[in-house]
Amino acid sequence: MNASPGVWLLAWRRFERDRLGLACLVVVLMYAAVMAAAAAGWIVRDWSEEVAVTYAPPTFLGPEAPRGAPAAAAAEAAPQGAREDYGIPDPLAGDLAEIARELAGVSATETRAATLAFGADKWGRDVLKKAVKGTETSLFVGLVAAALAAFLGTLSGALAGYRGGWIDDLFNWLYSVFTSIPYLLLVLAVAAVVNQKGVLTVILILGLTGWTGIFRLIRAEYMKHKVREYVLAADAIGASDGRRMFVHILPNVSHVVLVQLSLHVVLFIKSEVILSFLGFGVGVDTVSWGSMLAEAQSELILGKWWQIAAATLAMALLVTAFSLLTDALRDALDPRLK
Amino acid sequence: MSLLSVRDLAVDFRIDEATTLRAVKGIGFDVAERSTVALVGESGSGKSVTALAIMGLLPRENARVHPASRIDYLGRDLLGLPGRELQALRGAEISMIFQEPMSSLNPVFTVGFQIAEALRQHRALPASQARPRALQLLGEVGLAEPQARLGAYPFQLSGGEQQRVMIAMAIACEPKLLIADEPTTALDVTVQRQILELIAGLQARRRMSVLFITHDLSLVGEIADQVVVMRDGEIREQGSAERIFSAPQDAYTRALLACRPPLDRRPQRLPVIDDFMGGTGPKPGERRRGLRGDEPIILEARGLAKSFYFRDGLFGRRELKAVRCASFKLAKGKTLGVVGESGSGKTTVGLLLMRLHKASGGAVLFEGRDLLPLPPKAAYSYKRRIQIVFQNPYASLNPRFTVGQILMEPMQIHGVGSGEAGRRALSLELLDKVGLAADSFAKYPHEFSGGQRQRIAIARALTLRPEVLICDESVSALDVSVQAQLLNLLQDLQDEYAMSYLFISHDLAVVRYMADQVMVMKDGEIVEIAGPDEIYSSPKHPYTRLLLSSMPGRAQQ
Repeated sequence: MNASPGVWLLAWRRFERDRLGLACLVVVLMYAAVMAAAAAGWIVRDWSEEVAVTYAPPTFLGPEAPRGAPAAAAAEAAPQGAREDYGIPDPLAGDLAEIARELAGVSATETRAATLAFGADKWGRDVLKKAVKGTETSLFVGLVAAALAAFLGTLSGALAGYRGGWIDDLFNWLYSVFTSIPYLLLVLAVAAVVNQKGVLTVILILGLTGWTGIFRLIRAEYMKHKVREYVLAADAIGASDGRRMFVHILPNVSHVVLVQLSLHVVLFIKSEVILSFLGFGVGVDTVSWGSMLAEAQSELILGKWWQIAAATLAMALLVTAFSLLTDALRDALDPRLK
Repeated sequence: MSLLSVRDLAVDFRIDEATTLRAVKGIGFDVAERSTVALVGESGSGKSVTALAIMGLLPRENARVHPASRIDYLGRDLLGLPGRELQALRGAEISMIFQEPMSSLNPVFTVGFQIAEALRQHRALPASQARPRALQLLGEVGLAEPQARLGAYPFQLSGGEQQRVMIAMAIACEPKLLIADEPTTALDVTVQRQILELIAGLQARRRMSVLFITHDLSLVGEIADQVVVMRDGEIREQGSAERIFSAPQDAYTRALLACRPPLDRRPQRLPVIDDFMGGTGPKPGERRRGLRGDEPIILEARGLAKSFYFRDGLFGRRELKAVRCASFKLAKGKTLGVVGESGSGKTTVGLLLMRLHKASGGAVLFEGRDLLPLPPKAAYSYKRRIQIVFQNPYASLNPRFTVGQILMEPMQIHGVGSGEAGRRALSLELLDKVGLAADSFAKYPHEFSGGQRQRIAIARALTLRPEVLICDESVSALDVSVQAQLLNLLQDLQDEYAMSYLFISHDLAVVRYMADQVMVMKDGEIVEIAGPDEIYSSPKHPYTRLLLSSMPGRAQQ
């Protein structure tokens, strides 16, 4: 007996023919690989080392005009003048000279690079490494928060749609409460209650506030499916409610869940960036694209654009690829929509 | 001279990059002026594709008409016509009505607006003239109170009224050719009769030609001049309606005519297509029906009632009595036929017996024990003993389960069979019993045809060895030839296992063939219960008489 292709295999065959979808899948998988490698500590473990001068520009721009050099020269000249004036040796002269040299960018203990491949931030950290490390945070937050929201949304949607009655009323009431509060205000409120910065907090905030859209869709799907004849047939053979909900109906709405999951990853990556930008995101000990953008706020005034460029590029590529992947997934899973 | 002549029409459909399907394989026929031609065939015969090709409505992205094909309309080749000219012709000279009137009418516009639109489009009539014309058309298609209907929305009309509106739109511009694609299939028999008469009357009055597409050969005998029988994209036979019915030449035509249950006899088995194509011919033997009166009763309904409630206004609620005080008895090993039109409550009765809907009142006695007040746990063991086969085999099988999973699930739930291997063996045995190959076990429902899917649904019901089987329109959605096969299968199973059937159907011929007792329902009430021969020869209730007089093909029998 040779096995027949199931619905998922058929969907994959349709997906395989979508070149753009495949390319996006490769991009997303590469990001995921970067995330995993960064989390495991194989790459960019040294992202927080201050390896370059403050605001070292990207290599292709060349080193910045040594703004500190004339000042250093003046500083070196000054003690000599002082000695001449008073004839008393200055006890701090050596220290002062070293500070002056340091200000000029030449450390006594190490030499810092004047330029980096993609520039450096205020503390001289490599922007490229920060962006890579930021991928770990942002993508992880997006994936886990979307999974949490999809789980909550699917479970509540299934219960409300299938059971109806007071359970439906309860979840609808919750839904209305969550959606009637402006989103950012809600996020800030949850953030204030949790009152602890960190990746887990961000995931909780996004997951707890983001389930509503999925709930609404899954609830509608369950209401549609529970009166279908195959569910009636399952009732006729004596299948329990739980069995009908999760063994019979869930596989038939799982493509909706999958597309929503993918959509929410994109949404939550963007939300995380906004949260971090507003200062409710990850703590100072780690980095995300959002915190990079927050730092870039003040840098832009000084004309240091490379940090914002790195974070934006990294995010834009992932979000675009993920969005297109979502579209391709939808087409593959539900060909009637095309 | 013929109005329309189709020559060497061949249409290919692209399934995916590698495969194409030839849906129509070089057919040719003529539609003479002022005549009705019936295009008859089962699903997949290419009859609807032919109609769409004539209208130029084939989907561009995956359908291709062979370059040698010609469709001449009054000497002009429709296939070579540029899009604008074809559009001007469509609706004005050739118009079409479809199977589902509800989905063919735009739900957000009034009926009057939609009819007037056709007039404005093709006749460039100003609104002031289009409206009275629309009113006149609604009167012509026999809609009651046309003035009031003009401002109605499609959902406010019944299926028959919607189809009348569709016909009014189609004849608005006085077309020379009306293409009717299964216009009565979705309607009740009594309404079907009215629509058929309307189309025949319009055809004569308006001096137009009608191309009538249907799967039901018994329908066309009354209205068609010419009949074209199609199968698998080819024409099997064409000729005048009298000749086709009196002396069919082709084996397939003969089979189609024979596989509908006859009204004057009751053969042991219904003839199926293979009997004719193989040349063996139908098997002889008559079957006896009816009750002696002393059979043991397995299932009895007493005063069964069901009401649905709708919200009406802010606090009010409206009651719809789907079933009112239904009492009947089902004898062991016999078949009780339930006949009625849509909305008669016949399906609800089936669901109430199985406790799939909660009854509002009454009792269901299974071997003398009332099932309705039983707690779910106690009712559970009875679920095994009463099973149901639904109408739509495309909807009643979970598309994400393999056939094996579908068959083994009820056995797992009820602990039938010894372990996985035992259940598997039992499933394979049942697949064989319902006439499916063993390799179906690992396949998914979407790989099967409608008839095969219904066999799977029957096999699923049989896994629990039920004593009562409820067949809720179980063969209605299928082609006539497949219907005959499944009716034979159900009959064989009853002979073998002595199951009792509650056979619910709107098809009076089928019920007469299958049932030992017939129960006629109307608006939730049982209006008549009698033996099958009695009810057909001397119906007591006026509604039963109306139903019988609406049966298609009754004139020829």
